[in-house]
Amino acid sequence: MAYSDQVMDHYQNPRNVGKFDDTDDQVGTGMVGAPACGDVMRLQIKVNDAGIIEDATFKTYGCGSAIASSSLLTEWVKGRTIDDAAQIKNTEIAEELALPPVKIHCSVLAEDAIKAAVEDYRKKSAAAE
Amino acid sequence: MKAPVYFDYAATTPVDPRVAQKMSECLMTEGNFGNPASRSHKFGWEAEEAVELARKQVADLLNCDPREIVWTSGATESDNLAIKGVAQFYKSKGKHLITSKIEHKAVLDPCRHLEREGFEVTYLEPGPDGLITPSQVQAALREDTTLVSVMHVNNEIGVANDIAGIGEVCRAAKVLYHVDAAQSAGKMPIDLDALKVDLMSLSAHKMYGPKGVGVLYVRRKPRVRLEAQMHGGGHERGMRSGTLATHQLVGMGEACRIAQQEMASEAARTLALRERLRQGFDDMEEVYVNGDLDAHVPGIINISFNYVEGESLIMSLPEIAVSSGSACTSASLEPSYVLRALGMNDELAHSSLRFSVGRFTTDQDVDAAIEQVRHAVEKLRALSPLWDMYKDGVDLDSIEWAAH
Repeated sequence: MAYSDQVMDHYQNPRNVGKFDDTDDQVGTGMVGAPACGDVMRLQIKVNDAGIIEDATFKTYGCGSAIASSSLLTEWVKGRTIDDAAQIKNTEIAEELALPPVKIHCSVLAEDAIKAAVEDYRKKSAAAE
Repeated sequence: MKAPVYFDYAATTPVDPRVAQKMSECLMTEGNFGNPASRSHKFGWEAEEAVELARKQVADLLNCDPREIVWTSGATESDNLAIKGVAQFYKSKGKHLITSKIEHKAVLDPCRHLEREGFEVTYLEPGPDGLITPSQVQAALREDTTLVSVMHVNNEIGVANDIAGIGEVCRAAKVLYHVDAAQSAGKMPIDLDALKVDLMSLSAHKMYGPKGVGVLYVRRKPRVRLEAQMHGGGHERGMRSGTLATHQLVGMGEACRIAQQEMASEAARTLALRERLRQGFDDMEEVYVNGDLDAHVPGIINISFNYVEGESLIMSLPEIAVSSGSACTSASLEPSYVLRALGMNDELAHSSLRFSVGRFTTDQDVDAAIEQVRHAVEKLRALSPLWDMYKDGVDLDSIEWAAH
């Protein structure tokens, strides 16, 4: 199968690979997928007091399209509010990366990952208050 | 871009130049282009002679009678003819078949088709070593069993079943035994005079012959009967009609002749290449070879690089041509059914690569592949949350994953 240039770019030069300390209250972690399905994404966001995502990082086990989807997402969420980031739709990711139909599930997973990370951050900050 | 180095000989092989030469002599006006079934002139007689020589070359490789060789379009057709042909011919005797979960789709799909027609099929599960044993076959036999189909060498992991032992069990029970030998013929010795095998499928393009031709061996003593699946001019003693493709058959014959002549030296050479490849990953963490390595065809090896997903690994290896057991190489989300049948966990099944080496692979090719794979695995592990968790001592089985 041929990959789009956008997928190849993110795959060869993944952005924001890494890990934040998930005990930090500023950090929200979303881990989605399952090894059995061949995809696991861990997306983390660092949120400031104004509710803006200052930094994001990821690690992904999965095919090239899954890696590219999560890499792209870390670029997109930086600078956005958590409410705004949680609105990102998988179709936007699929369109940007020109994913073929069999790879749409990779973009769905990325959408799930940011939603889970925002959710995790909200739970933590609610508990801290 | 430079062509990638080929590590997929189990998928298909290039045609040996000696084979291509023989084939090209059977095509044009000056060549041997006649219809082997034409009885009234020299063109037909010469073509028939070439076809019969090729038939003998195939028979010699398998140590059987040339009259036991039926030409087909390849191993898929041979498997279909053997399984559906025998099941249908003997259906008044019984409607139960035995096969295994790690057969090629060309065996499994005809079995599924027969199930829809009212036959019953038992699918044997291999052990963790990938092998089906004679005693498993023995235990699955029933009064109404007419056919057992268990392959010789598995195409994904390269393990070789004990077809001699399974044949003994079948013969003692008066049940016919079919073997898909597409991956073993020409690479491992097969002696049909000694083996209690009744039907055997072969393909030319796995042994440096052309695509589009194969044979089904059909035993004469004791005689095996089957119902033809292709009806027409009554070629191949009524078992497979259709004008014989002289150039294809001559190509397969020559490929068999070369394979027989060079088998011992070629097997030793491919085994050395495979071992060189395997040892190249010896010192890496969490690398597993799949399937028993002793009962094994020389040229195939299947390796799992844990915590790295197979398709992304292949994406990182543009300079080598390998195949993956990962789900993502197919439209389904299921990883290889063969690896799953070994009882392997999903991560490992998703993380596997099949390397197959052959006649034109060199030591330099293998060394380059080792270096590229090691580099790619390290890069992808640095990206893998599962690798992080493994390094942190987290048991992945203890996590409740949300399957999607």
